[in-house]
Amino acid sequence: MPKLKKRALLLLAALAMLAVSLYGCSTGDTQPTPPAGVSDSGSEASAAQSGELPKGNSVTVGIAQDLSNLDPQLAATAGVREVLFNIFEGLVKASPDGSLTGAVASDYEISADGRTYTFTLREGVTFHNGEAVTVEDVVYSLERCAGSENDGTPLVSAFSNVSRIEAVDGGRVVVELAEPSTEFINALTSPVIPKDSGPTITQTMVGTGPFRFVSYTPQDSLVMERYDGYWNREKAAKLDQVTFKIIPDVNSLVIGLKGETLDMVVHLPNTLLPEVEKDFTVHQNTMNLVQALYLNNAVEPFDDPLVRQAMYYAVNVDEIIEFVCNGAGVATGTSMYPAQAKYFMPELAEAYRQDVEKARELLAQAGYPDGFSMTITAPSNYAQHMDTAQVLIEQLKAVGITAELVPVEWQTWVDDVYRGRNYQSTVCGIAADDMTAREMLVRYMGDNRKNFINFQNAEYDQVMAQAMASTDDGEQTRLYKRAQEILNEQAASLWIQDMCELAVTNPALDGFTFYRTYVIDMSTVYFK
Amino acid sequence: MRQKNWYLTIGTILTVCMLAFTVLGLFWTPYAPSAMSAAARSAPPSPAHLFGCDAYGRDIFSRTLEGAGSTLTIALAVLAVGAACGLAVGALCGYYGGPADALIMRLCDAVAAFPSVLLALVVLALTGPGKYNVIGALGVLFIPSFARLVRGEFLKYRERDFVRSARLMGVGSLRIIFIHILPNIWPTLLSGLAIGFNNAVLAEASMSYLGIGVTPTEPSLGYMLKDAQGSLFTLPWCTAFPAAVVILLILGVGLVGEGVRERMGVAS
Repeated sequence: MPKLKKRALLLLAALAMLAVSLYGCSTGDTQPTPPAGVSDSGSEASAAQSGELPKGNSVTVGIAQDLSNLDPQLAATAGVREVLFNIFEGLVKASPDGSLTGAVASDYEISADGRTYTFTLREGVTFHNGEAVTVEDVVYSLERCAGSENDGTPLVSAFSNVSRIEAVDGGRVVVELAEPSTEFINALTSPVIPKDSGPTITQTMVGTGPFRFVSYTPQDSLVMERYDGYWNREKAAKLDQVTFKIIPDVNSLVIGLKGETLDMVVHLPNTLLPEVEKDFTVHQNTMNLVQALYLNNAVEPFDDPLVRQAMYYAVNVDEIIEFVCNGAGVATGTSMYPAQAKYFMPELAEAYRQDVEKARELLAQAGYPDGFSMTITAPSNYAQHMDTAQVLIEQLKAVGITAELVPVEWQTWVDDVYRGRNYQSTVCGIAADDMTAREMLVRYMGDNRKNFINFQNAEYDQVMAQAMASTDDGEQTRLYKRAQEILNEQAASLWIQDMCELAVTNPALDGFTFYRTYVIDMSTVYFK
Repeated sequence: MRQKNWYLTIGTILTVCMLAFTVLGLFWTPYAPSAMSAAARSAPPSPAHLFGCDAYGRDIFSRTLEGAGSTLTIALAVLAVGAACGLAVGALCGYYGGPADALIMRLCDAVAAFPSVLLALVVLALTGPGKYNVIGALGVLFIPSFARLVRGEFLKYRERDFVRSARLMGVGSLRIIFIHILPNIWPTLLSGLAIGFNNAVLAEASMSYLGIGVTPTEPSLGYMLKDAQGSLFTLPWCTAFPAAVVILLILGVGLVGEGVRERMGVAS
């Protein structure tokens, strides 16, 4: 029966192929650690694939999130900001420790009343198109941040406080505020771009940073190369070219590392530590964001504080941290992360110890003695958030709440959940642009553009307004702490943790530095 | 004297075992499939957890039981949709022929020209994930292969003498299709069903593996593989057991299909 044998052979072949396709994904693991030269050729191959000339000194970085809107001044998501940090600079710029140093401005002065900021432009700063940065460019950029090309709605929310932007003699720019604020300086990390380039900035992408934009292919990659005219010789980029490769799946990122198509991956969950620690250089850090089950406060039943508190009592944050971050995350209890040591209140994480009985009581009081059904929308490219959602679903079952996980693509998440506010609850991480407490808290004021959880609380709005207007540091700190307490008392969302993350690099690479803000600084990275 | 039909014997044993395993999962699992346990995190196979536990302390045995159930249910539903529609389309086209037949078969060719999983991915990208969407998308894509198979057989039989005599005797078309021709094509159809079933199992597993099949909270074998591939070497039991179930299931059904055809072929 030759025909029969052929059939059986075919079947066996199909099985073998299945086995290979399942197994083949991680065969890189068995290969020895690559020496420096080999890793170079790895990136050459990937550069050659994208149709570029091979370059020896280039690196491919895997990121999990597509870059939704490249407008550098709008930079709505942290994932965009962390990449564009390499291409654009503001008057001032963040340092790894969270402090600010001069960038386009060499020096600045804040008047005693906290209303007038005067910047002196640095000599010799040029845009990537070769032109020198002038005061006109700076004034244009600041005005654009304040909303000059957006019907007056500020692109950077802190700029709503700006009353006047003016160039004065000797290459200086004065910014005057309507209300005094000592924190406004943090908003001036917003990029400086060439005059009148706003409408086309997402194509031209001309900035002053250590890297120059080369190309962006949506859902695939962003390529940038070293800018040789960078003003700061000491901090000039060491790599010739960097490609950010968008791979929205954490397992594929690890496979990319092992297969040497990626030289570096950031934001890996540290549960993957055993997979990567042998063959790669691993940097471990907290992510400086607040992961939470964000609840849409405008939607039933989450409009009732009792329900939110009940849910908070139902979940066990420590267990989530154990499962999702191997215990290395830090419980927050409110919208603040521990690197903000001055404002962080570890005691708030203790406020809702898991208490299923109490959760049931509160649910009964709220009129849901048998619980209810809800959905948790989560961005499927972030393994940690998907995992957290699954643990939450298990924990909420104990009080009769049936939650269904709805995985969505990142762009859908940004459009529907974050911008559209059309969701019940979501697991995600919220990061800050800068090291101010304001950045983490102001978004929960009732009418804030970024208040995607629709939190409405008159006391909160009042406390925040006072805090932002305060020029006395002690008073301001006290008020920001009070605001955090309100978020916790009201259980505005189920604040979980500042997650632990891994940045994994090819062992041939060195110089990677974590920042206390959400950035990937590629200028410090080099081949050993 | 008929030779011993090894394919049928081994295939039947395998299939029955796997079906028993799956049916068991519908009624009983040692642990709740989604229950997490901090104490049992990443536990290797042991008497308490036959197949070990994943990184959340979920029992792989229970999850495999439930996953096999949902994979099998989806595969059978896909097969039902594909075979029923394919049979109807193929029988009518094959029996009547004409321009309508040509048109429909070209349409089938067009659908079959795409890899079925790829096309299903497009459909699911538009409709969103979920069990019923998977069944619908894959089911429609399985129609052409059955339609072609059945049509070919009908073309073969419609000019045969027994069909002609039936027609001369004034027997209605539907009766000829279902009573006179259909029983003759059973052997071919059965092995087609077996192959279709295997394709359906693999398609469901691949789609869940790619993350666009069922949602993560209802385990399916494909999704378990996807979920655990990051820890393929640190927690091999998380992938080995679900993969083994898929392999044994399709091997069993494949052998049965082969055996049935063999037996019918020899008998006729």
